[in-house]
Amino acid sequence: MSGSEVVIVGGGVTGLSAGWWLARSGVKVTVLDKFIVGWEASGRNGGGASHYASPLFDEEQRLWPQMDELLGYPTEHQKGRILIAMTERQWEQYRFIAERHKRLNHPVELLDVKQVQEAVPLAGDNCFGGVHYKFGGHANPQRSVQAYAWALQDLGGKIIQHSPVTGFETAGGKVTAVKTANATYGCDSVVVAAGPQIPQLMAQLGVNVPLAAARAEMIITEPAPMMPLGGVDGHKIYGRQTMRGNLAYGGGPHEWLDMDATGPAARPSTPLARNLAKRLAELLPKAAHLNVIRSWAGVIENSPDGRPIIDRLTSPDNVVVASMSSVGFGLSPASGHAIRDLVIDGKCSFADIDILKLSRFDNLESDWREKRGWMPIT
Amino acid sequence: MELNFTGTDICAINGTRSAPEAHYNTVVVGAGPSGIAAAIDAAKAGLRVLLVDENPVSGALMGNDVPLYFGGRMTAATQNTERMLEAIFMSMPALETAMDAGVELLLGTTAWGVYRNGPGVASLPEQVVGLADAERSWIVGFDNIILATGGRDLAMAFPGWNQPGVMGAAALQMLLTRYEAFAGRRVLIIGSHDLALETALLAKERGIDVVGLVEVRAAPQGRSELITKVEAAGIALYCGQTIASAKGGIDGVESATLSSGAEIACDTICVAIGLIPSIELVDAMHGERALNAQRGGYIPQGEATVSAVGDCAGLTDTGFDHIAYRMEWMRALSSVSADDTIICQCEEVTRADLIGVQPPNYLTRPAPMCARSLETLLDDGPANPDQIKRLTRAGMGVCQGRRCRDQVAMLLAIEADKPFGTIPLASHRAPVRPLPLKILAEWDEPAALDAAWDVWFGIPTQWVPVEDLNTPYQDEHREMLYTGMYK
Ligand SMILES: Cc1cc2nc3c(=O)[nH]c(=O)nc-3n(C[C@H](O)[C@H](O)[C@H](O)COP(=O)(O)OP(=O)(O)OC[C@H]3O[C@@H](n4cnc5c(N)ncnc54)[C@H](O)[C@@H]3O)c2cc1C
Repeated sequence: MSGSEVVIVGGGVTGLSAGWWLARSGVKVTVLDKFIVGWEASGRNGGGASHYASPLFDEEQRLWPQMDELLGYPTEHQKGRILIAMTERQWEQYRFIAERHKRLNHPVELLDVKQVQEAVPLAGDNCFGGVHYKFGGHANPQRSVQAYAWALQDLGGKIIQHSPVTGFETAGGKVTAVKTANATYGCDSVVVAAGPQIPQLMAQLGVNVPLAAARAEMIITEPAPMMPLGGVDGHKIYGRQTMRGNLAYGGGPHEWLDMDATGPAARPSTPLARNLAKRLAELLPKAAHLNVIRSWAGVIENSPDGRPIIDRLTSPDNVVVASMSSVGFGLSPASGHAIRDLVIDGKCSFADIDILKLSRFDNLESDWREKRGWMPIT
Repeated sequence: MELNFTGTDICAINGTRSAPEAHYNTVVVGAGPSGIAAAIDAAKAGLRVLLVDENPVSGALMGNDVPLYFGGRMTAATQNTERMLEAIFMSMPALETAMDAGVELLLGTTAWGVYRNGPGVASLPEQVVGLADAERSWIVGFDNIILATGGRDLAMAFPGWNQPGVMGAAALQMLLTRYEAFAGRRVLIIGSHDLALETALLAKERGIDVVGLVEVRAAPQGRSELITKVEAAGIALYCGQTIASAKGGIDGVESATLSSGAEIACDTICVAIGLIPSIELVDAMHGERALNAQRGGYIPQGEATVSAVGDCAGLTDTGFDHIAYRMEWMRALSSVSADDTIICQCEEVTRADLIGVQPPNYLTRPAPMCARSLETLLDDGPANPDQIKRLTRAGMGVCQGRRCRDQVAMLLAIEADKPFGTIPLASHRAPVRPLPLKILAEWDEPAALDAAWDVWFGIPTQWVPVEDLNTPYQDEHREMLYTGMYK
């Protein structure tokens, strides 16, 4: 299918990675974004890349250590993570998680307090112990977004920013063009990777994609001395030490939102920063004096079972829909590969991803959000 | 997992936030003359009023140029908070008047964020302002907030500006008048508009040796009576020149070299090119603001419950185009300084790397990276400082762009050949002042919030390994790791 045109709606990590994979296969790609690449969740997340729950996990793990080289631009990927328990209950839960990983042959090691402090000098001696994941890792989301975008351009792909997609033209059971306010882009295939705007866009094609949008928050501190292991989770927060040394952390309650076709009007953070600060000061007591310099929020969508939807539709049959259901940054090298396969071959070449099909929600009640309370505050 | 079920999402924020510690009809941020006046007016109208001011700030914060561009030129006296409190009280008798009028006054208290419900958030109990002192942080509710946060110095990069002794005019005035803690003796002033002239006269009056004013334009810029006074005081005016560099030693600045080649001995270089309304809180709350070149920059537009007074609301309009003046300075400074001049002090980003959109030094620069630049980025769309910040780190440090956000926008405007006003400013976010984790932390958070706290959304199927789906392990996973409706 070399020489054909694929239009991708959405320049987050999912759309950009898909575009890059397609361009590597010689396909002409155009990525359309309503604003700037990575401006939504893809540039606002925790950078975690350890999605053992996903059928794309092996591919995620295989690819990350190579991404800088493959893309030609730095992503700041760092390998490994550690989970530190701050309460007895957490220690029980984390040991359970460690056992599970062992059973699944994911390399993990239990660490005692001293070993935790060796790996994470900002940790205190008040922790119960830790689980060292010798897999997974983290990367810099903002740098990764731009790396995908630039790599895609280097292969001849196009990125058109400030161009919200408003609709589609269809003929003979296929989408033939993608429309923005100023232009129409003819296409042989379409990838819809527009995050929380997927339902509105897909509704125009008569396809129901059940997703609910929510807001989540993070904080970041000034730089701390570099720790041997920077991917530190635990105490119900997640985060990482950046290669500059800053501690970037998120977690805690989310706020469900209404979403319209134009996307978030704002991404406000709230005094929840104080509760993140509390937990981070407890998790890393030797960092408690560090200044918090910023907080932010991002908007992500979730499917009813919290798992991504990556599927090539039967009608129109040249459309691939890709929502990562709030766990999409780390999986992006692999999700892009899967989307490429679906566009070109109609089937994922490296994993069984049937579990990510849209049809699993065929029997979902139309008021599923209301029923389970995934509703905005009125 | 059964997809159709009825329940509540116990991990949603709904109703779990703590209530504000207090509620005021009016909160005034900033106890300068206009903030005090606004607080007194409100109190006299029978309102419950809180007036906060971050001064005196700790010596450590001052070292980070918080809130003003102190350039490390404060005396050790600033380490003594008690003494600074007294100095501030003595210098501002109106504070006494405000307290007599019933205003609740908190000095040494910073307002680090204003929050209200609106697009993207509906979970706040009411509109609140985040406060912090040296001990702790807390939030209070308000009906109205008045921002009297004043103005901040426009910092300007030149070789050697990143050393002690290069500071701003507002900071110098603050150290001279409110803290009585200025550590310099010989000051060279950059600029000659009213701010520069007034600062020169004030410094002179306080016994400081003012060695001259440097003006990029052919003649001094400010009000003629001020110029006359400065000339009468025997202060030299170096017109049609810029500062080319500052040299110094371990204690900072020792001399300045002008573009003419003249070298002037001084221990302080006071950048007095312009005051910028301090709108960090406005930006962090997504408030409305608009550029007004005659009033010093972006000024708050005023909203139903948010207003601004004093310099924060804009400088007095004298018909002078501050933006054109600053741009002229920026062009001149850039033309006499090397590309490796640091623009962002916190992250040590040079002008070359900013314009080249290159990553920080801890990353390698492969060939494709080196081929990228602002020019290639502009092919994708208009320049956006937040995007460039993400790539270069300019403005990403402890000062969060307070020293470089306007400079970055000016440089991008010059490089992109666009008017200053078409380039957005990098965003400010709460906390608008650096706050230690242990201070920001809500140590006594509500139990309901803790109960709602999960590391992510609390959707059990999200994290069950595929291998375990529809096996007993799936139930074990849910039993061990989740609570509430998902169980
Ligand atoms: C606070 C936070 C922390 C997170 N932490 C992690 C983590 O540690 N690890 C992890 O893996 N994931 C994490 N995530 C989730 C992750 O960020 C997202 O799942 C991922 O970025 C999704 O990428 P995407 O490209 O699918 O969607 P998005 O990033 O939402 O991108 C969609 C793009 O589509 C564009 N768009 C929308 N509508 C239109 C239209 N009509 N026309 C044109 N363009 C349109 C948008 O502008 C946007 O750029 C986190 C998310 C948040 C908010």
